[in-house]
Amino acid sequence: MAQHQVNFTQNGGLPVALTSVDKVVNWGRSNSLWALTYGLACCGIEMMASGASRYDFDRFGTIFRSSPRQADIMIVAGTLTKKHAEFIRRLYDQMTEPKWVISMGSCANTGGMFNTYATVQGVDRVIPVDLYLPGCAPRPETLQYAVMMLQKKIRREKADKSQKPKRLM
Amino acid sequence: MRRYTPKDDVQKKAYYTDRFWVAPQVPKFDVSDDEVFTADLEAIKAEYEVLEAYIQVEQMVVYIEPEDNFNVLKLMKEQLEYTQLSEMSAIDWLADKGGFEVFYQMLSMNKRKRIRVKCFIEENQAVESVEKLFRSADWSEREMYDMFGIKVNNHPFFKRILMPDDWEGYPLLKTYPLQGDEFASWYEVDKIFGKEARDVIGPEIRDSAAVDRYDTKRFSHLGHEVPYGADISEGEPDASPLPQEEGGVFLIEKFNLEESVVISDRDR
Repeated sequence: MAQHQVNFTQNGGLPVALTSVDKVVNWGRSNSLWALTYGLACCGIEMMASGASRYDFDRFGTIFRSSPRQADIMIVAGTLTKKHAEFIRRLYDQMTEPKWVISMGSCANTGGMFNTYATVQGVDRVIPVDLYLPGCAPRPETLQYAVMMLQKKIRREKADKSQKPKRLM
Repeated sequence: MRRYTPKDDVQKKAYYTDRFWVAPQVPKFDVSDDEVFTADLEAIKAEYEVLEAYIQVEQMVVYIEPEDNFNVLKLMKEQLEYTQLSEMSAIDWLADKGGFEVFYQMLSMNKRKRIRVKCFIEENQAVESVEKLFRSADWSEREMYDMFGIKVNNHPFFKRILMPDDWEGYPLLKTYPLQGDEFASWYEVDKIFGKEARDVIGPEIRDSAAVDRYDTKRFSHLGHEVPYGADISEGEPDASPLPQEEGGVFLIEKFNLEESVVISDRDR
């Protein structure tokens, strides 16, 4: 039997924190963003560098997964060709809700320098994009910033929002 | 520096005129200048018809009949020691001559010589596969079909290699449109969503200099987040570019710029 008065709402009282369900769910979602390994071109090298020891995304809960069924975000890193467009859509459809997409680099944003018949002029023609990250290629710090901005976006969302399909079809 | 010519209407001009810079021809020499090539040419001439032969940039160029391509390459591989097919493809001469020039670049490591075997085929004329002689011809012939539409007989696995299987047209033809081809520009939309989605998604923007300040369907500006498709011609609300909210984040330590460390040691 405790002899002293415990104020549960204060820090250091007991390991108890009072909050709303939204904040807890969004805290969980935003801090374990498992990313689908989706390096398509040279941006993929920067994405790999972000995951490797010097920048170490694992510290922030961004763990690269090789299966879309285990991934929360898809970082489209590189040039999307028209031949590959149907596969990126299929992998996006295989990801479980809730899911987010970061379009990394100029090629994924707009087609970039590849103004050709065989390049998709922006992945937003195929999948809905939450965050466009400029750069050619963006540095790992920039990708880290993009992930943090996406976390901020996730924190704003309602946890119990109905999973309505995003804007592309 | 190359002489400047005005390029304002270069897209409107017909192909094969002034559109591409035409390199001057490298001088051609007689085959008798080189005794190794002379002997090789005699061996080929003894069995097969040779239309033309000359030496250019220290390599012999031999024009043969397209029906003989397999046999000539077999002769060169087995008797003349040209054991490598380093490259093969075709050249589009449809507008000038009504056909393609198929070339086989051969290399002899023993003789330290290269021979380019060429044959001219009409449009829609097929060539025989040389894949049984040189494994490297496998992908090269598939690429030749992919890029020019030249059919190759008796190839073990004859399909496109780079473009999708259902692609229309052959991209390396000089008549292939670089922009404005309806099939190519709508390919991914038609395939994934169907033709009825064209109105929803809209045409692709191929103008690389296109900048739309008020486009909120694709991008928003950093520090000015707006909903999808919102009208921002009257201005846009400010949003913080900082990755954390002002009031702090639940269960997460607030980032303090003063306490952060910049690593200056590059070797660390």
